Amino acid sequence: MKSNKKRHHLLDALWKIQNQHGCISDDQVQKIADQFGMSSIEVEGVVSFYHFFKRNSATTFTVYLSNNIVSKFKGFSKIKKAFETGVGVSFGKKDPTQMFDLHETSCIGLSDVEPAALINFRPFVNLTSARVHKLIFYLKAGADIDELCDHPQSIIQFKPRNNKATFLRTYQAGKAINQLPSLSPESVIELMRLADLRGMGGAFFPTHIKWDGCKKQNSRSKYVVCNADEGEPGTFKDRLLIQEYPSLCIDGMIACGYSIGAHEGIIYLRAEYNYLRKKLEDTIQAYKKKKWLGKNILNIKNFNFNIRVQLGAGAYVCGEETALLQSMEGYRGEPRPKVYFPTERGFLNKPTVVNNVETFCKAARILELGVDHITAAGLPESKGTKLISVSGDCKKPGIYEIEWGMRIQELLDLSQAKNTYAVQVSGPSGELISSAEFERKIALNDLKCGGSFMIFNQERNLLDVVQNFNQFFIDESCGVCTPCRAGNFILSREIRKIRRGLMDQNDINKILKWGKIMRYSSRCGLGQTAPNSLIQAIEKFPDFVNEYLTADNVLNKNFNLKEAVQDYEKAILKYSRYE
Amino acid sequence: MSKVPFYIDGEKYFAEAGQNLIEAAEKLGVFIPSLCHYPHIDPPLATCRACTVNIDGQPRAGCLCKIKEGLMVEFDTPDLRDNRKAVIEMMFAEGNHFCPACEKSGDCDLQHLGYKTGITATRFPHLFIDRVMDFNPKRIVIEPSRCIKCQRCVEEVLSVDGKKVFSFKNRGNEMLVSVDYAEEAKLTEEEALRAMHICPVGAIMVRGKSLARPFGHRKYDDEESSDLIPISQAPSIKTSGGKKTVATTSLAGCFGCHMSMLDLDLGILDLIEVVEFNKSPLNDIKNFTQRCDIGLIEGGCCNSENVEVLKKFREMCDILVSIGECAIYGGLPAMRNTIPLIECLEESYINSLTSENNENIIPAHEDLPKILDQVYSCHEIVKIDYWIPGCPPSAEHIWKVVKNLLFQQDYSVLYPEFKYD
Ligand SMILES: Cc1cc2nc3c(=O)[nH]c(=O)nc-3n(C[C@H](O)[C@H](O)[C@H](O)COP(=O)(O)O)c2cc1C
Ligand code: SF4
Ligand code: SF4
Ligand code: SF4
Ligand code: FES
Repeated sequence: MKSNKKRHHLLDALWKIQNQHGCISDDQVQKIADQFGMSSIEVEGVVSFYHFFKRNSATTFTVYLSNNIVSKFKGFSKIKKAFETGVGVSFGKKDPTQMFDLHETSCIGLSDVEPAALINFRPFVNLTSARVHKLIFYLKAGADIDELCDHPQSIIQFKPRNNKATFLRTYQAGKAINQLPSLSPESVIELMRLADLRGMGGAFFPTHIKWDGCKKQNSRSKYVVCNADEGEPGTFKDRLLIQEYPSLCIDGMIACGYSIGAHEGIIYLRAEYNYLRKKLEDTIQAYKKKKWLGKNILNIKNFNFNIRVQLGAGAYVCGEETALLQSMEGYRGEPRPKVYFPTERGFLNKPTVVNNVETFCKAARILELGVDHITAAGLPESKGTKLISVSGDCKKPGIYEIEWGMRIQELLDLSQAKNTYAVQVSGPSGELISSAEFERKIALNDLKCGGSFMIFNQERNLLDVVQNFNQFFIDESCGVCTPCRAGNFILSREIRKIRRGLMDQNDINKILKWGKIMRYSSRCGLGQTAPNSLIQAIEKFPDFVNEYLTADNVLNKNFNLKEAVQDYEKAILKYSRYE
Repeated sequence: MSKVPFYIDGEKYFAEAGQNLIEAAEKLGVFIPSLCHYPHIDPPLATCRACTVNIDGQPRAGCLCKIKEGLMVEFDTPDLRDNRKAVIEMMFAEGNHFCPACEKSGDCDLQHLGYKTGITATRFPHLFIDRVMDFNPKRIVIEPSRCIKCQRCVEEVLSVDGKKVFSFKNRGNEMLVSVDYAEEAKLTEEEALRAMHICPVGAIMVRGKSLARPFGHRKYDDEESSDLIPISQAPSIKTSGGKKTVATTSLAGCFGCHMSMLDLDLGILDLIEVVEFNKSPLNDIKNFTQRCDIGLIEGGCCNSENVEVLKKFREMCDILVSIGECAIYGGLPAMRNTIPLIECLEESYINSLTSENNENIIPAHEDLPKILDQVYSCHEIVKIDYWIPGCPPSAEHIWKVVKNLLFQQDYSVLYPEFKYD
């Protein structure tokens, strides 16, 4: 058979098969391999990389229950049990009736309404055991899942006063790009510079440098990529933006395309947000109708630009920009070795700008509201506002638009958090904050926050938090480099030791050193930041260590002879003839 | 092309601009460890991270660096050295590397780097993950437990139809190298051999060819004999004057390490001038009669008796030394660690061909030691002060260390003394 398909359509092709057949069978793998001119093992390599592709096991319903730490503290294990008893099958096991398939999954971007799950990629939130039982009953009885599912709407809890809000205000579609005919591409970039626009995905790299770098590349095709993979546990601000302000994001992308000279924009949407895809695609269609997408947009000669949505398939690491590009090209989502910037060689090796949803939204607001409006908020060294997703132990979880410079304590007060013990800022890869630091400012020059703000009160065990994050990184490591692939797993053994109360000072020193090795040698941000929370728990929370510390001893207490011979005793009992 | 100056640890070197740092350094006599680097793959794979250096103060994979004028490379600092060593140790800890039973031994880049960087015991717990060998391909056998996921085979081995023969499956620590049977069948014998040779470890083997090269002529046999192994010295302890006492034991070992101790030949006569053996199989003294200066342990712990003996040694000896791979991480007996104990026992006592019907019992008696759920390294049970790697370690290495510990004699270990394949 002749291969006739382009590799970058592979993920779409796999989704198509899975949606049709409920899974991807051996035969389908072979078929895809032939169509794309690949060996079947390579197709399998791609399929097995992504959490949401299923091999050889179609079921009517597939449940993905979020196992993030917020859910864990809000009744995860009860909900898990409710699913298991309701369905009659354990998580990860096959249902003989081929009705249900139960899986855990990393954060699905619904931390404000945990426990939450996706069933056939529809959201179900604020789950209780009773509701789960009811749901299963109805689903088994053949009810329409679209009528049962929720339509989670994040609550906007706070906006800056005095009209300073940037994001959370009404937006009239197209308002930003209507400025473009009167602006040169250079001046668009200049406006970004004047407004000091930084990447909102977490790294805060100056956006104008990125756009300018890409603009200067001499290439006929260039790409604008919107990173809507929002995988950092506890983050759900991009979900709100896509839900409420899809045209803002699209306007930002068009403006970027105009300034760098690109003709195609791609929104890489995490599969967990599949229920938002229609909204995006409808908006894109509406734009096409208005000729805001297509050829000679807004009568600007030769400004041709289109946008499409690329669905991911369940891999946190694909939020890393080079892994995202690999994934878009139809490969395993492994971050690229850092030899070229995406602005030099990005999607299909062409110059590419990758920005976060919020970054594009803010870019559009800069055009719409003007630089002065944007820079009036925040601090002199850290201008503007930021969207924060607040979750965990507080009365008012939801979306907060804050001015840079707000103190942690202020945000805790606003969200009505009581007896706060710790806050995880920017998700598991971010920073664990103790009460000693609650006066720190959320700002570019103090504590940066990519958007996740998870609150833990004094009843919570920090070890649960650290262990949950460690498991997250084990599950989500792409595995391509040694320190992260092996390191996270090795740290899990050490955490187990802490759990058993068998840590001594040597172990603590070891963990700190090993964490540094991962930071130092891992290929991408995932491995480099994975040991952070464990290290910070040890360094910032004296109780965390003391509670578990046992004296150093010449006998290794982690070894327990009684436990070590249990398997043997069971074995001889099983075959013993004198019972 | 003209050469430009650049710096490694402050020293000035010259190389062609644009050249790969690892290759340039090697030509200039600076050996930067590397496992995944393969000169003509560009951009480099940069998966193993064994080559971590500092460029302008920032950590970076050395294989990703190109020479340019004024490039500042930090390489041989204690921190960086330890970092690279740790990354190599991680590979030993996450795979299941039983060198004495491996066809690649002596030809293996990973093993070689283990020697070069002076790894005695991996600082990490061995993970002992069960991975299944794949015997299905026509020419090739895959042992994923030895694979370090360097990605060389994935990128480099294509069939005549230009399709990938190898690919990774799954992700994270469940990642496995896998082969496409249809494409593999198209490989010629030569292409299959090439696949075996580009694999830096013994994960890809060609049937009937993996041991074809006679012993004594392997890749690393000619490694310079004057090469010193950077071993971190054991803390010399002061022992009281007079004749020193030494105790030895073999736990779950094969007595190979004890045989190696005897390999000192006539030197042993000098030795007994200065040391006296207490409890040891060498003199058949069964019980400690006094406290000893040093205890030498061969073998790990596979049963409850091993544990008791080891604890006794810890109690009776000032310094405990793990000798050989079995003591250090379990060694060959630890091959069972990837399999649940019950399955091992059933395989040998219940389902084996030689067990008679109705006679299937697992040996158990109050006088028999109980078998542990897995084979443990000695330092998982008690504190161990020093490790001498090898299977077995050479006699010179063992006695050099012992003399250093007892009499503070300085010593160094040469590559040929350290290697044991
Ligand atoms: C492991 C990892 C995960 C990431 N996930 C995301 C993500 O989900 N969304 C995002 O916008 N950026 C994510 N990033 C950051 C991106 O690599 C990149 O910096 C960002 O998309 C650039 O856009 P910005 O400059 O607009 O922030 C992630 C980075 C790493 C290392
Ligand atoms: S650090 Fe982890 S996620 Fe990143 S490349 Fe390495 S293995 Fe993959
Ligand atoms: S692959 Fe190398 S390191 Fe691994 S067992 Fe074989 S010889 Fe030893
Ligand atoms: S099989 Fe060998 S060449 Fe292939 S990835 Fe593993 S170690 Fe590398
Ligand atoms: S040689 Fe540089 S990462 Fe492997």
